[in-house]
Amino acid sequence: MLGLTKKDLQLMLIVTGLTMLAPFILNPFPESSGMAQFNAGYPDLMQRFVIFGIFAIGFNLLFGLTGYLSFGHAAFLGVGSYGAIWMMKLVSLNVIPAIFMGVIVAGIFSVAVGYICLRRSGIYFSILTLAIAQMSYALAYSVLTPITGGETGLQIKSTDRPLLSNLAEGETGRANLFGMDMRQSFELSVGDWLFTFNVGYYIAAVVMLIAFYVSIRIFRSPFGLMLRAIKSNQTRMSYTGLNPRPHTLAAFVISGMYAGLAGGLLVAMDTQVGPERMFWTASGEVVLMTILGGVGTLIGPVLGAGVIKYMENILSKINKDVLHEWFAFMPDGLEDFIVFLVYPFIGKGWHLTLGILFMLVVIFLPGGLVEGGQRISKWIKNRRKAKDTGGSTEPAE
Amino acid sequence: MEAIILQILNGLDKGSAYALIALGLTLIFGTLGVVNFAHGALFMIGAFCAVTFSRILTLSRTVIDETQTDFLGNPLKVDVPYLHDLFGQATGDAIIDWAVPLSILFTVPVMMFVGYAMERGLIKHFYNRPHADQILVTFGLAIVLQEVIKYFYGANPIPTPAPQAFAGSLDFGALLGFDPNLIIYPYWRIIYFVFSAIIIGAVFAFLQYTTFGMVVRAGMADRETVGLLGINIDKRFTIMFGLAAAVAGLAGVMYTPINSPNYHMGMDFLVLSFVVVVVGGMGSLPGAVLAGFLLGILESFASMREVLEILPGLNQIIIYLVAIIILLTRPRGLMGRKGVMED
Repeated sequence: MLGLTKKDLQLMLIVTGLTMLAPFILNPFPESSGMAQFNAGYPDLMQRFVIFGIFAIGFNLLFGLTGYLSFGHAAFLGVGSYGAIWMMKLVSLNVIPAIFMGVIVAGIFSVAVGYICLRRSGIYFSILTLAIAQMSYALAYSVLTPITGGETGLQIKSTDRPLLSNLAEGETGRANLFGMDMRQSFELSVGDWLFTFNVGYYIAAVVMLIAFYVSIRIFRSPFGLMLRAIKSNQTRMSYTGLNPRPHTLAAFVISGMYAGLAGGLLVAMDTQVGPERMFWTASGEVVLMTILGGVGTLIGPVLGAGVIKYMENILSKINKDVLHEWFAFMPDGLEDFIVFLVYPFIGKGWHLTLGILFMLVVIFLPGGLVEGGQRISKWIKNRRKAKDTGGSTEPAE
Repeated sequence: MEAIILQILNGLDKGSAYALIALGLTLIFGTLGVVNFAHGALFMIGAFCAVTFSRILTLSRTVIDETQTDFLGNPLKVDVPYLHDLFGQATGDAIIDWAVPLSILFTVPVMMFVGYAMERGLIKHFYNRPHADQILVTFGLAIVLQEVIKYFYGANPIPTPAPQAFAGSLDFGALLGFDPNLIIYPYWRIIYFVFSAIIIGAVFAFLQYTTFGMVVRAGMADRETVGLLGINIDKRFTIMFGLAAAVAGLAGVMYTPINSPNYHMGMDFLVLSFVVVVVGGMGSLPGAVLAGFLLGILESFASMREVLEILPGLNQIIIYLVAIIILLTRPRGLMGRKGVMED
């Protein structure tokens, strides 16, 4: 179905189910319990999960398939965001043209960047993309202020009169989809649980599912095979009479358009942009997401984006008082000691946890969390098999 | 004319920092073939060695001074550094004043050890993995080191002044016969430039004129053959990693009076130093030094008012722009060796 093999269809259905039911799945704890702070089912965070999922899927198409490590991918996200917000300010508050604009602008920009950067590979490619992203950031911050709003960035203001809107005098426009406000939510309260169904989240989730579907198709297509050939041996590929350059450029542009799509969606959700979105730490973040989840796998990047955004928003909220509450059952001295041990890794120190986790993944699990999951399931399977056959078999003498 | 001299001087101190970091990066790359994204973190750790050292020097005990009173008439509590007890007040104060230069003595062994531990503990296991993995693991390490420093020293910059003797500025123009007050240059920046020139010279001399350096250079050219000759080249390369870490650390220590150290200074410099290394040519030590100074000076020229009027924002992007142009026109960088990271 849909041109997918049975296994891919299964994966696609699982991802669809998870994203559609996310408001339930991410809110497992009752509101009044102490664990409620681990609930991630609020619209802002759910939107971030799927949007950065798209960003990471796009990055994975480039790095996972061709092996080109771009350290400047956030530039495309930023450029897409700027394109989208101008569409909203000038033409229409509907999010669809804005998102399209984001994708197109990022696509054009990535053609130009790709044309320059793909002349080199390896570390040089990383440095070139990094240099271009830093240049874009510096320009957006300073000289291009008339277009980018400089340090303060761009927001939709009450003075903005988009062409295709009928706003009252002095009314601030809001992003919508054919009249449905992005911030509109439907709340369902069951017992002690509160589930929020947000319009913006579902739009972003549908877009992510489409993006995910496209990425599966690319992975399984002859084009995807070509990109893998580039990764494994470019010289051999060109000896067989295939020119790797156009394929790499195509992958780069598709990847840039994914980033633009994510940027457009970010604008659709919160209607603001700042240059910090293009800073190289943002580029580093998408690298972290992809590697953490599992580079070159389908579901890995989404997983990685989820883990990092969850840590950023939930782990960073925990402070010392909460920790003392948790460990209150221990004797006083021990409680203080445990809190002292744990405290550097949470709250403001969540970056430290992230860095350590990332290093552990790179060192021990080059395939990311996905490989970890595979290893665990294989281990369980082997154990079950061993039980069935009555212990391990000894090799013959 | 004065303007040009002034900009060259302004570029020298930043260029020195770039050159020192790029030199260390190239040493590591040339010997071990590892792209070290944690090198900026080593620079930062060096700077915080200076902070730590000056904190150790100012360790104090609190005494109640009967001669001084606060506004309520109570005797005032005064912190007396232990150094006063050891060396007397005048000498003690002088030592505290000279904390930054003195912390070099403290930094070198610390950084050698940090570099040694890093190579043996982590990077050793990555020689046979792809370059992308090396970049990623050192990038992760850089984040961890940065966060550890942030946890212990806080997120704010910590002012670390230069000794009083170097606090002022030199009227450089007057020396050259220009009108006074035209070209003014802080003493500490001169010191920084001279210091980095000495370090660079020392590293080159060490590689050029010692047996150890000769073996290392041979190993850079052909590691396998040197190993076949019965020389333990790995051990020497590990020492070179420690040395490169020490060079980065020294660059950091001496930079503290110019810019108060904060936890993300390493990353800020790292991005630029990588550009410097690539411009100079991967694996070329003279290239790294040359490109460091060149880009530092270019950057300061680009921030002249006259230039900015014609090309606004040039100072922000000049380094990256130069890097892109050089990489596209001279793929090996300015002085890159043949066969090093050509792909």
